[in-house]
Amino acid sequence: MSNYKILVVDDEIGIRMGTRRILQNFKVDYPFMDEHIEFEVLEAGTGEEALEIIDSQMPDIILLDNKLPGIQGIEVLEYVKRKMLDIVVVMITSYASLELAVKATRDGAYDFIPKPFTPQELRGSIENITKQLFLKRMTQKMNKEGKQIRFQFLSVLSHELKAPLNAIEGYLKIMQERQFGEALVSYDQMIDRSLERITGMRSLIMDLLDLTKIESGNPVQNLEKVDVVKIARTSIDTMRPYAIQKDVDIHLNAREEAWISADSKELEIIFNNLISNAVKYNKQGGRVDVFVRKDSDFLTLKVSDSGIGLSEDDKANLFQDFFRVKSLKTRNITGSGLGLSIIKKIVEMYHGDISVESTPDQGSTFTVQLPVDGEINP
Amino acid sequence: MKKTILIVDDDMDYLFQMKLKVQQFGFEVITAEGQKEAEHIIDTVRPDLAILDLMMESDDSGFILAYRIKRKYPDVPIIIATGVTAETGMTFNINADDNKQWIKADLYLDKGIRADQLQREIHKLLKI
Repeated sequence: MSNYKILVVDDEIGIRMGTRRILQNFKVDYPFMDEHIEFEVLEAGTGEEALEIIDSQMPDIILLDNKLPGIQGIEVLEYVKRKMLDIVVVMITSYASLELAVKATRDGAYDFIPKPFTPQELRGSIENITKQLFLKRMTQKMNKEGKQIRFQFLSVLSHELKAPLNAIEGYLKIMQERQFGEALVSYDQMIDRSLERITGMRSLIMDLLDLTKIESGNPVQNLEKVDVVKIARTSIDTMRPYAIQKDVDIHLNAREEAWISADSKELEIIFNNLISNAVKYNKQGGRVDVFVRKDSDFLTLKVSDSGIGLSEDDKANLFQDFFRVKSLKTRNITGSGLGLSIIKKIVEMYHGDISVESTPDQGSTFTVQLPVDGEINP
Repeated sequence: MKKTILIVDDDMDYLFQMKLKVQQFGFEVITAEGQKEAEHIIDTVRPDLAILDLMMESDDSGFILAYRIKRKYPDVPIIIATGVTAETGMTFNINADDNKQWIKADLYLDKGIRADQLQREIHKLLKI
């Protein structure tokens, strides 16, 4: 249960008492709210008193008469506006001249209730205001949280995109100024490094596209019966040339078939990322084992490598956007730092689970479990 | 004798390019690719100046390293070279007193700084 404070500002005690009585047991429900909202009524007989209560108790809603003994209601309204307080002000008045109405509206009054009002009119008005206020605050809260995450993501992203550009630009300038003489061969290593950075940047952009697809709100588009073993084979074939280059063997351990309903593109992303990591972070002459097993409840995918392994610290941060294991062993390995966070997002959409076991210098095993007949998040 | 400058950055390309520039200014250069490696170096070597990247092993590696260098060699000037300010709008006001207490750097530079400006700043800090 939450509580909204309503301040009634009126010099007529009858109006204040009436309002208190009408709102005493009044509750507002809303389908989006987990709980209902109740009201606490505060009273002020003058504008001066109202200002004090505003400062000390911060009401959520003010019911404000304009015609008061000291300062006028409109001045209370101006005070709320000047201090930019998050309060909804409703004018209650029997003398609503057009001029006053225009001024009050311009100063941010939300509504007018003519005096005298029936209990039903007051409750109806309060109900609308409460819902409006609740939604407004909810939206503000969500915007704030969303924006913060977005800001963080964008600032890291801009760093990741700028770093390779700076590096390539630096090399080009060195070449432009012929700092190592006229012979192109003197610049071979810089050209190699520039190409390497471009490759890294391209893979970052590809991963970002995957991420955008997942986060665009309609991720699982092509749900169909798919054979996971076949997808694993395709993915292994795709990675094979890279593995040969790195002198790493890939083995598939699975039965003939394993059918589940899923989006084959998303399963491909999972396999491609896990297998390419297993090859990338492996040792010369190492091996990668891919397991696929289907039980009655779960489909289990495992990708094991004989690579450099992970420290406890690395494990803790592994699934975050842009996280990369940094050590002397990984200095020449390019990557966007998005692969595992993408996998995690996909796995979560399927209500599945991803985990990792690892021993430094011996290797890592990533295990993904997907429910066989589970529901999928839209 | 040539003065020695320690440059620490986890981007090997940036490190190479920076080293080249600083050597062209006429300094001896030692490089490290991260906080840990740099800590090993300062165990035995006292550089005349250090230029540190901010985000390396962790987001604040540069600060930690700066702190360790200053504790061992209080007189060695430290430059933190970062892209952070330009990219995120995040600002550190090194001249504010409460920041001076814990951020032990003498100067912040944007990574995109021009060579001649960099040279001028190094000379200023080394009082040449």
